This record gives sequence, C-alpha cells and structure tokens, in this order.
Amino acid sequence: MAVGLSLIFGVMRVVNFAHGDLMVWGMYLAWVLATRGGVDPYASFIVCAAVLFVVGVAIQRGLVQRIVDAPHEMQILLMLGVALVLENTALLVFGPEPHRVRSSLAQSTVWLGPLFVDVARLITFGVAVALTALLSLFLFRTDIGRSIRAAADNTYGALVIGTDVRRVYAVAFGVGAACVGAAGALVAPLVPFQPPTGLQLSVASFNIVIIGGMGSLVGAFAGGLLVSVAESLGAVFLKPSLKELVSFSLLVLILLFRPAGIFGRRAP
Amino acid sequence: MRWAAGAAVALLLALPAFPSVFGSYAVTLFTLIFFYGFLGQSWNVVGGYAGQLSAGHAAFLGVGAYTAAVLSVELGVTPWIGMFAGGGLAAALGALVGYLGFRFGLRGFYFVLLTVALAEMCRIVAANTDAVGGALGYYITFTGNPRQFQFQDPRAYYYIALGLMLAATALVGWLAPRRFGVYLTAIREDERACEAAGVDTFRYKMLAMLLSAFLTGIGGTFYAFYLFSLQPNTVFGVPLSVEIIIRPIVGGAGTVLGPVVGSFILSPLAELSRHYFAQGGWHGAHLVAYGVLLIAVVLFLPDGAWPRLQRALHRRARPAA
Repeated sequence: MAVGLSLIFGVMRVVNFAHGDLMVWGMYLAWVLATRGGVDPYASFIVCAAVLFVVGVAIQRGLVQRIVDAPHEMQILLMLGVALVLENTALLVFGPEPHRVRSSLAQSTVWLGPLFVDVARLITFGVAVALTALLSLFLFRTDIGRSIRAAADNTYGALVIGTDVRRVYAVAFGVGAACVGAAGALVAPLVPFQPPTGLQLSVASFNIVIIGGMGSLVGAFAGGLLVSVAESLGAVFLKPSLKELVSFSLLVLILLFRPAGIFGRRAP
Repeated sequence: MRWAAGAAVALLLALPAFPSVFGSYAVTLFTLIFFYGFLGQSWNVVGGYAGQLSAGHAAFLGVGAYTAAVLSVELGVTPWIGMFAGGGLAAALGALVGYLGFRFGLRGFYFVLLTVALAEMCRIVAANTDAVGGALGYYITFTGNPRQFQFQDPRAYYYIALGLMLAATALVGWLAPRRFGVYLTAIREDERACEAAGVDTFRYKMLAMLLSAFLTGIGGTFYAFYLFSLQPNTVFGVPLSVEIIIRPIVGGAGTVLGPVVGSFILSPLAELSRHYFAQGGWHGAHLVAYGVLLIAVVLFLPDGAWPRLQRALHRRARPAA
C-alpha cells in the first residue's frame, strides 16, 4: 500500500503542501459516497479523481495563477494557507474522530503463491501501478503532457513557441490533485484517517522523495519500499508510535551521506 | 513623520504603565501580544530577513520549554538560567536542521517540509518519553516563587513579555542595517548573486537559524512558566508554528517592526475568535480563518501591513511639511 502511495507521490513529486490535505479530502469524499450512497470506494475513486481535478484546477486558476510571477516564498505561503483551510474545514465538517471506509473487498484475503495477501491491498497496488503507467503515458505521449513537461522545463521557451502556459499549469495542477484524490479513495478502506492525516502524508511523501532521490522513478519506488519496510521494522522492534522516527532518522542519514538520494543522479 | 514617531515613542513609554490602569483581561491580552510579537520577531530573523521559511519553529519553542521546565522541576535549576540552556538546545536543533537543509540547498517546499518534519519528530519523541510525561504532558507545580520564574502577579509576565519583545526588536533593529542583516536580505533576494559576490551564504544562513532558534527557545521558557503545562501535541504542533509565522507575515516579514505590528493586529483578533469559536464548539475554525488570511495577505498585501502603513504615514506627512 505504501509503495503504491509513494509511487504516485514520487512521480508527481511533492508539488505542494496541500497535496496531503487534498488526499484526505479524497478519503472523506469516498467515505461520504460509501456511507450515504453505498458506493464501494473501489468504484468511487474515479469520482474522487474527477472532483479533485476540478478542485485542483480551481485552486490553480483562482489563487496560484495570480501570483505566478511573485517570489517562490509567496507561493509556499499561499499553499500553506490553502492547506490550513483544507485541513481545518475537514475538521469542522467531519470532526476529529478517525474514520474508516467499509468495503466488502477489504475483508477478503487471497493466497498469492506462498504469500497471504489482502485483496484490498492488492487492488490498491494494482490501480496505483496502472495510474502511474497512465500518468507517464499522459506525460510522454500526449500533446498536453508534452506541454506540461516543456513548461516545467523551460517556461519561457514554452511561452515563445506558443504554448498556453496558463492552461498547461491548470491541467498539471488538476491532474496532480486528481491523482492524490484517487489515491485517497483507494487508501481509505485500508487506514483510518482524520483531518491531521494530511500533514502526515505530506511529511511522509517528502521523506520518500528525498530518500529515493528527487525526480527519479526508480528512486520513488525504492524509497517508498525502504521507508515502509523500515517503519514496519521500527514498529515491531521499538514502539508502533515511534515508527515515523525511524524514517526521519533514515532521512537525516541520507541527507548527511548521500544528499542526492539513493537513486538521484545529481545533488538537488 | 515627526508626530508619528512621537506617537510611537509615547505609546512605548505608556506600555509599562498600562497594567496599573487596565483590568486583568487586558493585561493577559497584552502579554500575549508581546509574547507572540517576540516569537514573530525571532522567526523574522531566518524567515523574514534570510527568506528561509521555517514552518517548524514550534520545535524550538518546545525544546526550550521542556528543557527549562525539566531542569526546574527535576533538578531545581532556576529557569532564569534554564532559559539559556533551553535556548542553547534549541539552537543546537536549529544547527541540525540548518545544516541538513542549507548544506544541500534544500529550497522552497523541501526546506519547509524539512522543518515541519523536524517539529513532528520532536512531537513524537516527547509523546513517547515517559520521563517528560509522555503524551499526557508535563506539569509544573505552581509555587509562586519568582526565583523559579513563577509569579502570583500576572503583571510580572506582562513586563517580562514586553521586555522580551523590545529586546528582540532592538536586536533585529540593530542587526538589520549592519553587515549581517544586509547579507541576509541579499541572500533572500538572490542567493546565487550573493555567492558570486563572495558571501559565505551557508554561514550566514546558519547564523540566522541559530539566532532565531535560540530566541525562540528562550520564548519556550516563558511559555512553560506562563501556562504551567506542556502537551506535546500543542507545544510541537503545526498550529503553534503557524501562530508564530503568521504575525510577521501579516505585519511585514523582513522589516524591523513588522512582527510587532502583526502581533498587535492579530493577537487580539485571534483571542476573540478563539474564544467565540470555542464557545460554539467550532474547533479548527480559527485555523481556517488563518488560512484565509494567509491567502489574502499573499494575494493582496504581499509586503505586509507595516510597509503599507509606513508609506501611508509618509504620504500624509509630506503635505504638512
């Protein structure tokens, strides 16, 4: 599960603070759909992705676009503000208790060779891999995907050759939000979540990206694997509540001895 | 401008006299204004001048608070000394996060997240260390002994907070036009150009971080002995970090008086809204308001309130002169 999650985060990179909180909103949306509408989260993740795409585009168009030329710090502060609003609105609406989405699939398990695996985890993993594949297809094979990469690489150059950079940014932001929305819905049956979960997700994905190496697909995958294994071991041998400490120690070690990350090619 | 400066000096001179006139609620309110002004000023050194946005300053405050509290309760060391131990430990933590972040040029979101991660880790460690009360928190028994930084009279806290804020503001005002302050501003504006000009940017960013963390750690002592209880989730929590950074940003980050002005604007509003929202059972509403405020300031008032106020005063003063 953690691998699938980090895969999405790693490929998108942690673009901003609000991603963790957007993901929690994806979880709550799946929860609302499941409890009110009886829709299984494994079906509703498409709805969540669509809704969050719209939310992402709205945030980009309404807020980020206005200060796109302002210093970088301003954008960070803006996203910090957005994250605060998202997290605490969730707190106001849904309350502080942890929620969990029930899914009939989440209870069943299956033997996979010698391994005993949750069906739910298997599906989450499969969909995450499929989403990542789709995402890279989108980024590398479609016109708008190519424009996104061009705009990220050299905004001015993209502007010169006539790319509608504003539209490209909006779509990129929307796709990022849609991915975390889908991920949120998929993860919702597996882990209990509450409003502050968003921050923990942001921090965790940051760890994974730094440890694996920025901008490396293999790195994101390996980093995710390493962090989840290290955390599980930490939970077993130390205390469950100390598991995040293990990944942070790992982060400090990586930053000290291999700042580019395990699979990063150059220093960030 | 002269009358404005005169009014400011008059206000400054009047502040120490306020407690004898005002009721106890006003004294509490002003204590909070001064204290958050002080914390904002501490953050301002690294976040405002050097432009290195730390969203984990609660970590420094918490470390300072826990250090002074434990030293006082367990070993009987007076917090008047303990505050410097707390500040020192906070500075050491600042050195760690600064070293990790600055050496590898973690910028933007990555640096912010590093500071957030650090505060989160402090929270987890504190919540899992039984010697400091674990998740339940650490409590200081009130004795009312001034040598243990405990006062019967709330006015004592008022004066200490006022002193802290004035001292930090004076320090920042003294540093800003000097080499240190100018270098930091230059680093914020264009780090590469600074390096090209031969400025040791790593060293100056580290110094800024150390100073900021040290001051915030000292603030932690005040926090511990003003509230007499420390909960890991509160002391190391993100909301506290947000409280620390939002005042200088609203007031004007990277200016000498910005954090103070910001605190005078925001602290009363925060107190009132928290009071009001808590009565309605609307937990988290004031953080939503902070988020909206942050967005609004970034969009419409990116320099903060103080520079705008300054310009308005200038414009007014000119025709008169």
